[in-house]
Amino acid sequence: MTPATLYGLCAAALVAIGLFGLILHPTPLRKVISFNLIGSGTFLFFGIAARRGAAAGFLGDPVPQAMVITGIVVAFAATALAVALLLRMLEAGAPTVDGPPEQPDDLSP
Amino acid sequence: MSLVVDLFMVLLILTSAVWTVLARDRRDAVIAFIVLGLQLSLVWMRLMAVDVALTEAAVGGGATGLVLLRACARLQPVEAEGRLPGLRAQIAAGLLCAGVGVALAAVILAPAAPAPSLAPAVAAHMDEVGLKNPVTVVLLAYRALDTLLEKVVLVLGLIGVWALAPDLFWGGRPASLRAASPSGTLTFLARVLPPVGVLIGVYLVWNGADHPGGTFQGGTVLAAMWLLVMMAGLGELPETRALRLRRLVAVGPALFIAVGLAGFWMADGFLSYPPEYAKPIIVAVEVALALSIAVILGLMVAGPAAKEPER
Amino acid sequence: MMADATTPGGGLLVLALMLPAVGMLAIFALGLRHAERIAHATLLAGLAVALAVAVKVGQSGQAMTYLIGGWRPPLGIALQADGLSAVLMVMTAVILCAVGVFARGSFSSPRDGAETRRPFVFWSLFLGLWSALNCAWLARDLFSLFVALELLTFSAVPLVCLDGSRETLRAALRYLLFALAGSVLYLMGTGLIYGAYGTMDIATLHHLTRADWATSLALGLMIVGLMAKAALFPLHLWLPPAHAGAPAAASAVLSALVVKAPFVLILRLWFEVAPQPASTPAGAMLAGLGAASILFCSVMALRQARLKLMIAYSTVAQVGYLFLVFPLVMGSAAVTPWESVGWTGGVLQLVSHAFAKAAMFLAAGLIAEALGHDRIADLGGAAKAVPVTVAAFALAGLSLMGLPPAGGFIAKLMLLTAAVETANWWIAATILAGGILAATYVFRVVGSALAEAPEGAGTTAIARSRELAVLALALIAVALGFLPLQPFDYLAIGRGGMP
Repeated sequence: MTPATLYGLCAAALVAIGLFGLILHPTPLRKVISFNLIGSGTFLFFGIAARRGAAAGFLGDPVPQAMVITGIVVAFAATALAVALLLRMLEAGAPTVDGPPEQPDDLSP
Repeated sequence: MSLVVDLFMVLLILTSAVWTVLARDRRDAVIAFIVLGLQLSLVWMRLMAVDVALTEAAVGGGATGLVLLRACARLQPVEAEGRLPGLRAQIAAGLLCAGVGVALAAVILAPAAPAPSLAPAVAAHMDEVGLKNPVTVVLLAYRALDTLLEKVVLVLGLIGVWALAPDLFWGGRPASLRAASPSGTLTFLARVLPPVGVLIGVYLVWNGADHPGGTFQGGTVLAAMWLLVMMAGLGELPETRALRLRRLVAVGPALFIAVGLAGFWMADGFLSYPPEYAKPIIVAVEVALALSIAVILGLMVAGPAAKEPER
Repeated sequence: MMADATTPGGGLLVLALMLPAVGMLAIFALGLRHAERIAHATLLAGLAVALAVAVKVGQSGQAMTYLIGGWRPPLGIALQADGLSAVLMVMTAVILCAVGVFARGSFSSPRDGAETRRPFVFWSLFLGLWSALNCAWLARDLFSLFVALELLTFSAVPLVCLDGSRETLRAALRYLLFALAGSVLYLMGTGLIYGAYGTMDIATLHHLTRADWATSLALGLMIVGLMAKAALFPLHLWLPPAHAGAPAAASAVLSALVVKAPFVLILRLWFEVAPQPASTPAGAMLAGLGAASILFCSVMALRQARLKLMIAYSTVAQVGYLFLVFPLVMGSAAVTPWESVGWTGGVLQLVSHAFAKAAMFLAAGLIAEALGHDRIADLGGAAKAVPVTVAAFALAGLSLMGLPPAGGFIAKLMLLTAAVETANWWIAATILAGGILAATYVFRVVGSALAEAPEGAGTTAIARSRELAVLALALIAVALGFLPLQPFDYLAIGRGGMP
């Protein structure tokens, strides 16, 4: 078994573990962390494709590597936005624990 | 032999991942996640993707970890920890997730042969761009559109974070990053590290054209230095209405778009560079981008305005 | 069609993508003082670009292509406007222009020149959203489309909680979590695709994909992720509070345009990436979930007390119709999918719903401004206070119900015809039932609005230009009904080489 395959299996496990957290955790912060776990596993899939595609004197295919760099930064921005949102909810006095959607009291603009 | 090392690494990673999800305390979960980020950057080194390893360490573990830690600090006194639902739900979800994991693992175990790759195509056109780091070439030439649009994503993300300020505070400073009582070590580090850090950041950007490194890695190091100074209380965050700050945020993406559009006249079209000037142009764009990224990352960690703007 | 070279005028596609982004950056760097002017200049220029693209595509009868940086796929990224993209671009530009006129009333900058939060955030994200949508319509690369989806999420979510109330913050967070989960599933699929085929270029993949289970898994993950973003039943729970909580101008854009992007991506995956012929059971499953959306959420719409929540539930139901097309456009030996009635009906439903729903949300916004509330039971007097707006609401409602002569009528009739032709009786029955339910919820509102005003209810005056912008959208939704009942060649442009 090559290291790429081994880490590929590890990526599959990361996705499964993250998905478990995303589905089950009731608080948004833990959901966001779980989302990042799934993201890490997903990026590794690109990494496996890159490593296996080593050719032309490169130790890995640079195209998926570039995509992962883009993806990591986007995931950071998503995390920052989600955290800002949940902290603002806390200030507004709303419970951040997930529950059935509230019926808005007043939607007039 | 090395496979044993890899196997050990995988076990460590899975332990961190399980801990991240199952930890009772949210702070423990975040710390496990940060540890996982560091382990993953080692994995990226093993996969011979040094550029990704640097980005994962700087952004994936570092900046993301900092955001999550700050969130914990704010949540800790106020909100109770959530609990995972009962055993039956856990088993059902566990089976579903295990199914997904097994399906993904099966795909990994049956790779396409020969493995498809764009590496030869990347290599074939490297000379036309004139840089030696293939990842930088992909990011700033072949797939420059993605890189450009992702800068736009960052600016939109910053607007999104700022949008969460109460109306009264719009344009004011974000909540102070200053530690409650900055320890002597922190202050010391904040005085000593920045000059070195800035040098490293500039080096990573400059070097990224031909060697591993690049705008994100360099930009993140710059952002880290800025944040360190703020946390030690040696400097203050700027007001979010300050136009100079806004222009620093916009300069990188704006220059990138301008260079892209100039390609209509100077080269073969949007985001193509005249061959003889490709390298200096790309390095200039990278420097501007790194500056913008440093400011954006720092501001995103800092959060929305939390004080009234001063008169 | 292979994207081999940039076609004449292809630079317009770049402008469509970049103009709004430049406008957004300009607003950010210059501050609110110039925001409205920048936004309106961008709207005019962007509309001109969209129209120019549509005319050029129509004249040449061929897709327009632009290779970014001159790099040919699979190494580089291609933008391409086929007939479908051109229609979507014009639809987007026209709706955003109308919303731009409408929003002057709600998001004008204060006179003293101080920057305030709401207009700054609205105008900058409004333009960001446009770049995102054009990117989704034009990019022909699975990873660039991922970036387009992220652009869309980052511009859409903050618009939901613009007023900062507890409920809208909650709705925005829920929306964000769904959108992120969708993105990561989509990205996972693209990673598997790259591992199997070594490219993200759709035209290249079209000739490469094999009907093996690894490809099915990759496409399945991507489609499930997109379903969450398109709010297909049972992944729709985030949509009603989010779309109802946003300010009317934003709701209109979210419901009319933003949810359409993931659907169009599913269309592309289904017809251009997946090995052909696409799987029949999977198509039936998508249509089944679409039918469930229609029935369940139409009933939910009926039960809402608030106008905007009712309209939001109606969005989920109407998006459900789009998913009915998959079993209806199974091409035969004689006809390609794009020459089928089902395909045309599906696209027409997408477009006419966009105009009708934008008109409805804006109308609801004006009614709420005029009366000070949006409780359906107490809408009495609305027809007297804002007659043009109530008329626009009713006209848009015609299209949702599928009554002649509205655009929704032609669309639903074409879907119905296709369902009968392909002997999908359950789909035909769902279309009819959905129409009756829609008629019930629309009439409930119109009836209430026509009633006498309760004693002592005051109203606020509304600028005429804003009412006319709403009416224009509703009239377009109706005018689409005068199109002939047959497959349109325009929608097949750029699909010459496809089976």
